[in-house]
Amino acid sequence: MKNKSLISINDFSKEEYFKILDLAEEFQKNPNQKLLENHVVASLFFEPSTRTRLSFETAVQRLGGRVIGFSEASSTSVSKGESLKDTILTVSRYADLIIMRHPIEGSARHASVVSDKPIINAGDGSNQHPTQCLLDLYSIRKTQGTLENLNLFLVGDLKYGRTVHSLLQAMAQFNPVFNFVSPPSLRMPQEYKDHLDELGIKYYEHDQLDENINHADIIYVTRVQKERFSDPMDYEKVKNAYILKNKMLENTKPNLKILHPLPRVNEINTDVDTNEKAYYFDQAENGVYTRMAIMALMLGIK
Amino acid sequence: MKSELTVKAIENGTVIDHIQAENLYKIISIIGIENIDTEVFIGNNLDSKKYGKKAIIKIADKFPSMDDVNKIALIDPNAVINIIKDYKVVDKQQVELPNTIKKFVKCINPKCITNHDDVETDFKVVKKDGKIGLKCYYCEKVTGQNNIEVIK
Ligand SMILES: [Zn+2]
Repeated sequence: MKNKSLISINDFSKEEYFKILDLAEEFQKNPNQKLLENHVVASLFFEPSTRTRLSFETAVQRLGGRVIGFSEASSTSVSKGESLKDTILTVSRYADLIIMRHPIEGSARHASVVSDKPIINAGDGSNQHPTQCLLDLYSIRKTQGTLENLNLFLVGDLKYGRTVHSLLQAMAQFNPVFNFVSPPSLRMPQEYKDHLDELGIKYYEHDQLDENINHADIIYVTRVQKERFSDPMDYEKVKNAYILKNKMLENTKPNLKILHPLPRVNEINTDVDTNEKAYYFDQAENGVYTRMAIMALMLGIK
Repeated sequence: MKSELTVKAIENGTVIDHIQAENLYKIISIIGIENIDTEVFIGNNLDSKKYGKKAIIKIADKFPSMDDVNKIALIDPNAVINIIKDYKVVDKQQVELPNTIKKFVKCINPKCITNHDDVETDFKVVKKDGKIGLKCYYCEKVTGQNNIEVIK
């Protein structure tokens, strides 16, 4: 994996996923290792994403590395009209590794073509956010002991949700059963269902969040955003239909865990937070270990 | 042979034959026939045993580049390109879809980097249910056969 960029979840093989997850587990046991002491990591956030940026920067700091960069483009030469290519060519002379988030789709791939230093895509528009997917895999494996043969419920905005699309592609390699719960206007796109059909993987679609979840091993909740509805009335109709509440979890499986990429608005009621099946804050913490593992492998120090 | 007689023969140049009639105007636009300054003959709705109606384009004194062949294959994979010298066919090639298509097709995704920065498009040719799609190397979106738009 040394010097390889991580742009799309499809760039890595199943074996490479496992290598990352195994190392992340090591870092979780011993989170402060000065492996990046002589390294400078660039963190280029062309659009703000505080949560992702803090997670990455924590990962660098825990490994003893130093961070340069910016948290939004307005204060940089980019706002003076510099091309992405020039920014990347310059920063690749300074840093050993570049983490970038950019609103334009395919920007990270373009950066990986022009840069001779590895690039980590921390989100390129609605296209890819592979480290999120890897930390989701880590959280699933850690709580279930395996990635194989699980029953996964994906809830919320399944049409535009980049996170659920990547998770579907990655988990499809492990013989799961998928249950898609969403408003009819935000269903899983046909291309992803076709992909599952080709692989012979079972999936079911539901309009309601109901007792079907009693079969779930993982419930992955995402936010239904108001701006996805052309008619505000449609949003009003569905906005409270997909809220997970503590009392709905009464008869769920003991091994069930509830995941959410965060930030949450109201789609998981706060009364779920103290339930031991709530796992979203652990999931956020796992993101740090997963990103530490990815960086250590890409820099060839593990 | 009938169609050959319908459209004037050329001494040297290229004959693009066996075009499905419905694809003719797309091919005319994709290879930029309006910019060709030598003689061009176009025949449409000619009888064909294979397709019912076919079209033919004859271009004098010009020979297709690899790019041109790729463009034609993208629109009509059944077309045949004949190279003519001294009124004789010296080379006959069935166009073939390449695995990748670079530069000349626009990515359908308005948010794609290739539509924002000075980045050449680069697609992988994918086939599904007999239809061709172009999967963008950058944004990973698929541009369907019906949405192919040429960059000039
Ligand atoms: Zn694209």
